[in-house]
Amino acid sequence: MRFDRPVMNASGCGGTGRELGDLGVLDAMGAFVTRSITLDPRTGSPAPRIAETPSGLVHAVGLQNPGLEQFLIRELPWLASRRTRTYVSVAGSSLGEYADLGRRLGRAPGITGIEVNVSVPDGPAMGLFDTREPFQAARALAAVRGGLPPGLPVFAKLGPDSLRIVETARAVAEAGADGVVLVNAAPALMPDGSPGGLSGPAIRPLSLRCVHDVHRELPELTIIGAGGILDTDDARAFLAAGASAVQIGTALLHDPTTAARIAADLQGDPA
Amino acid sequence: MSSPREPLHVTGEVLVVKKVGAYRHLTLAAPGIAERYRPGTFVAVSIGDLTPRTHLARRSLWITGVRPTGSHGPTIELVVEPGGVGSTWLADRRQGDRVELTGPLGRPFALPKQPVACLLVGEGYAAGLLFPLAERLRARSCTVTMLLGAQDEPHLLGALDARRAARAVTVVTADGSVGRRGTLADALPAVMDGVDVVYGAGTHVGLHAVAATAEQFGAWSQVAVEVPQPCGTGLCQGCALPVVGEDGVPRLVRACTDGPVIRGDRVRWAELTGTESGPA
Ligand SMILES: Cc1cc2nc3c(=O)[nH]c(=O)nc-3n(C[C@H](O)[C@H](O)[C@H](O)COP(=O)(O)OP(=O)(O)OC[C@H]3O[C@@H](n4cnc5c(N)ncnc54)[C@H](O)[C@@H]3O)c2cc1C
Ligand SMILES: Cc1cc2nc3c(=O)[nH]c(=O)nc-3n(C[C@H](O)[C@H](O)[C@H](O)COP(=O)(O)O)c2cc1C
Ligand code: FES
Repeated sequence: MRFDRPVMNASGCGGTGRELGDLGVLDAMGAFVTRSITLDPRTGSPAPRIAETPSGLVHAVGLQNPGLEQFLIRELPWLASRRTRTYVSVAGSSLGEYADLGRRLGRAPGITGIEVNVSVPDGPAMGLFDTREPFQAARALAAVRGGLPPGLPVFAKLGPDSLRIVETARAVAEAGADGVVLVNAAPALMPDGSPGGLSGPAIRPLSLRCVHDVHRELPELTIIGAGGILDTDDARAFLAAGASAVQIGTALLHDPTTAARIAADLQGDPA
Repeated sequence: MSSPREPLHVTGEVLVVKKVGAYRHLTLAAPGIAERYRPGTFVAVSIGDLTPRTHLARRSLWITGVRPTGSHGPTIELVVEPGGVGSTWLADRRQGDRVELTGPLGRPFALPKQPVACLLVGEGYAAGLLFPLAERLRARSCTVTMLLGAQDEPHLLGALDARRAARAVTVVTADGSVGRRGTLADALPAVMDGVDVVYGAGTHVGLHAVAATAEQFGAWSQVAVEVPQPCGTGLCQGCALPVVGEDGVPRLVRACTDGPVIRGDRVRWAELTGTESGPA
C-alpha cells in the first residue's frame, strides 16, 4: 500500500479532528485517525489522566469516547463533509462487539479505513476483549474484517512487545489485516501507582525495533510506524526501517502543527 | 482559510519581564494572537530547551492583557507564578528569548448584551485576566465592581489597577496583610448587592464560593477553571472537568475546549475540591 502524504496523527492524540481543523493543519496531514471508539460510550478515567515524564507522557485516559452511535452522528459527518481521509480506530469488549463495530462502520460513508486497537495497555482490566495472545488479536481483527466491504483497508494496531511482535503481526495479517500500526503506548505506571501507558520519544527505540523486525520478517506487510516521532528526521528513520507511513501522537500534543510540518517536509524527499 | 478567531501556533518573542510581588509579568510579541484575543482565553506554552525536547506537556497561561505597541505590533501579557519546572523556566526568560505558544485557546467569557451590574472576582495570578474583561464590560456600559483575594500581599495581583477598572473594589487576604483578613467565601455576600452577573477566576475553592454565592443571590456566574491541561488544544482528553450537562446528565468535558470558562452552576465542585468523593 502506498500513502501519498505518509503522515497522520496517532489515535487519541488528534481530538475530534475539528481542533486540528481550527488550527489550519488538518488538510496538510495525509489522514486523520480517531480516538478509539467503542460500541457504548465510555466516561473515561478520573483525573489525573496524564503526567509528564522525561521525554514522554504517561497517560490513563480510559478510552473516553461518545460511543459508536454518537460518533456517527456528531463527529464523522463533519470529517466526511470536508473529505478528510479518516481512519476510525475501534476497540471492543467482545468478539461480538468487534463484529458489530465492523458491520456498522462498513456501512458508514466517508471512511478511508479502520484501525483495530488490539493493544490497549491494561485493556482486560478496562473490560476490553483480551488480545494479549496473538491468536486472540487475530480473532478480533477477523471479526471486524468480516463486517467490512472488501475494498476497505483494515489495520491492526499492536503494542511494543518486541519479543512477540512478529508473531502477532503474522497472525493478524493471516486474519485479513491489510497492514499493522506499530506501536501503541507501552504499559507503564502513573505517578500515583495506577496503570497507564507510556508514549513519546522515551519509547522511540522500542517502536523502531518493532518496525524493523516486522519489516524484515514480513516484507510484504504494510507498516504504519508510531512511537516518539518528534520531527522529520525521526519520521525518515521509521520510513527507512520499513514503515510506509507514520503517525504522530505525543509530539502533536506538544505542538499541534507537528504532523502537518513533517508531511510538508517529506513532500520534498525523493520517493 | 482560518477565520480570525481561530488559534495560531507561533514563536513569540519576550519583550519585557517584570517582577511584581510573587509573580513575573511577561510581555511578548505574539503575531496574530493579540488580534484574536477574547477575555477568558489562554495560551499553551512549550517549555524547556527545544533541542532535545524533553518536556512534552504544555503549560497553559491566562492572557492577562493585550496591547498594541508601535514597533513590535500587538503584544500579549502573561503573569507567571514560579513553582514547578515549567513556570520557573518561563519566569527565567529574558528579553529577546523565543517562546513557542498556541492561542488564544478555550471558550471565553460571554459578554452581556444589556448594560448589567457585573462583579469580577479574582484570586492570585488568575485575577489578571479580569482586567481586560473589565475594560470590555465597561465599553458595554456595564457597572463593574471587583473582589480580589490572595494568600498574602505578594500574591495579590492588580489591587491598584482595580481602582481604575472598577467602581468599587474589595480586597481580602488570608493573612490580613492587605485589605480584610478572610476568604472570598467570607467576603462575597457583602458585595452581591444588585449584582446581575459574577465573573470568577481563581482556585477551585474560591470559584466554588463564587458559584454558590451567585446562585444564592439569584445571579448568573461564569468562572474560568484551571485543571491540568497537558496539551491545551483539545487533542488529548487529559483535562477532564466534571460537569452537569444542559440535559442534567453528569459528564466529563475537556476543560481546555468546552471551558475553561463555564457557567458556575454546571461544575460538579465537590469532585474538584475533594470535599466529597465522586460518583463510583
Ligand atoms: C487555563 C489555565 C490557565 C493558567 N494560567 C496560569 C497563569 O496565568 N499563570 C500561572 O503561573 N499559571 C497558570 N496556570 C497553571 C500552569 O499551567 C502550570 O500548571 C503551573 O504553572 C505549574 O506548572 P509547572 O511546570 O511549574 O509545575 P509542575 O509541577 O512541573 O507541573 C507538572 C504538570 O502538572 C500540571 N499542573 C501542575 N499544577 C497545575 C495547576 N495548578 N493547574 C493546572 N495544571 C497543573 C502542569 O501543567 C504540568 O503538566 C494555568 C493553568 C490552566 C489550566
Ligand atoms: C493521551 C493519549 C491517548 C491515546 N489514546 C489512544 C487511543 O484511544 N487508541 C489508540 O490506539 N492509541 C492511543 N494512544 C496511543 C497513541 O496512538 C500512540 O500509539 C502512542 O502514543 C505512541 O506514539 P507517540 O509516541 O507519538 O505518542 C494514546 C496516546 C496518548 C498520549
Ligand atoms: S488539555 Fe488536552 S484536551 Fe484539554
